Amino acid sequence: MIRTEKLTRRFGDALALDSTDVHIREHATTVIMGGSGSGKTTLLRLLAALDTPTSGSVWFDGDDIAHVNRKRLYELRSRMGMVFQYSALLNSLNVYDNVAFPLHEHTELDESVIRTIVSMKLEQVGLRGFEHLMPSELSGGMAKRVAFARALAMDPEIVFFDEPTSGLDPISAGVVTKLIRDLTQKTRMTSVVVTHDVHAGLSIADHVVLLWQGRIIAEGAPDDIRQSTDERVCQFIEGRPDGPIPFSSSKTRYIDDLLGGAVERSG
Amino acid sequence: MSDQVVTAHNGFERLLGRLGRKALGAVSWLGDMASVTGSSLALIFAPPWQGRHFVLQLYALGVGSFVIIAITGAFTGMVLSLQGYYTLAKFGSESLLGSAVALSIIRELGPVLGALMLVGRAGSSITAEIGIMRVTEQLDALQMMAVNPQARIILPRIVATTIALPLLVSMFDIIGLAAGYVVGVELLGVNAGAFTGEMIAKVLPEDLYAGWTKALAFGALVGSVCTYIGYRAVPTTEGVARATTQAVVIGSVGILMLDYVLTSFFL
Repeated sequence: MIRTEKLTRRFGDALALDSTDVHIREHATTVIMGGSGSGKTTLLRLLAALDTPTSGSVWFDGDDIAHVNRKRLYELRSRMGMVFQYSALLNSLNVYDNVAFPLHEHTELDESVIRTIVSMKLEQVGLRGFEHLMPSELSGGMAKRVAFARALAMDPEIVFFDEPTSGLDPISAGVVTKLIRDLTQKTRMTSVVVTHDVHAGLSIADHVVLLWQGRIIAEGAPDDIRQSTDERVCQFIEGRPDGPIPFSSSKTRYIDDLLGGAVERSG
Repeated sequence: MSDQVVTAHNGFERLLGRLGRKALGAVSWLGDMASVTGSSLALIFAPPWQGRHFVLQLYALGVGSFVIIAITGAFTGMVLSLQGYYTLAKFGSESLLGSAVALSIIRELGPVLGALMLVGRAGSSITAEIGIMRVTEQLDALQMMAVNPQARIILPRIVATTIALPLLVSMFDIIGLAAGYVVGVELLGVNAGAFTGEMIAKVLPEDLYAGWTKALAFGALVGSVCTYIGYRAVPTTEGVARATTQAVVIGSVGILMLDYVLTSFFL
């Protein structure tokens, strides 16, 4: 459904994503995993055309969405939904108006029909009856579920999830994970989930992409990832602090810094 | 060449380089602001029509700023009357007090002080609101829902400040003149007929047009600067705080600079 070609993104001198080729399969859940700073959110934002690549292409049904005009991009976006890491609900609107927002913007539906659709979407995420609450009155898990209902409002073909379980307690994280799995299966939509939550990621994935330093180090079915013999994959899956992925991100040795400082002071 | 001359030469080069970079940065900043504002204003004719959002913003910015404008107008009129009386009395020209107060308020102080109050009261909140929308990914969420943030967020606020300021300045003028009359006539004993007669005789329609034209220009400036700085805010807490301060400072200085240009044009 979406395919990237030699996708590269630089921020100044830092290389966030390095010539990456990813294939997002239709009607399946692709989970992009990796540690902090591995480039997974950058990849997600490029897939959703929220950012522009330094080089390379993102093909979505024959269009390079990194380079289409705004009109065409918005046409393509009407087929997409996204659940942001911090929910990104519109603060000035209550739950009902947040979920109804895309329907009000892009359809001519009667308000009674919109009310029914909003009620259905909120029922799907277990929050029917909370329409009147403002975003500030919601817990983190509830806000994520409202954001999920809003992403589903237009019945998108593909939904992007940015860290759907981060900052949630284990029960809320479990609820959100189950929602993603169940709704993806029931509606046959395509999901792209970015997470560093290994347990949640592997439990909902049909296909896993593991990133490190802006490059794909492993991809395949969850079982392939679990059985991988690659030391970097094993370290990430098991959450070991020691291994080929270093604990410290410093580019110089600490001892050199200490001695260098001593030399400078004495000099 | 001696070491001292070489050091001085290098220092001068560095200073020139720094000045050059600052100048280039300022030109680039202005160009980007013109681009964002221009492309936002161009959307005024593009569907969907944002009429409801213009009205909402007009109400929020205009009505919300009325009290501070009224207080500023009242005290400006009172001070002008006091100061004017003190100066004119030295020449035995107290009867000119009405025209002096009216011309000062209508041509100069109404638009300038009204705009400075607007940038402090409404402009800062515009910048902070848009900046927070950037931090909490609400602008990205709008993009993902195929809603252009420039049309939905920036355009209505620029139009609202441009329309609101002439109205607020008119209120400032009326309240300022009334307050000046009370101080001049009721407290200082200037003849009521002389005060109002001089005012009516000396204030020409051109003076009113000059004041309103300034108010329109300042309103557009406040809207453009404050929306742009919020839109480009660094998406961190500190970034939004800095953007809000920057918007008030640049907006205020911009108003005074533009005032000089417009005043020299209208004289």
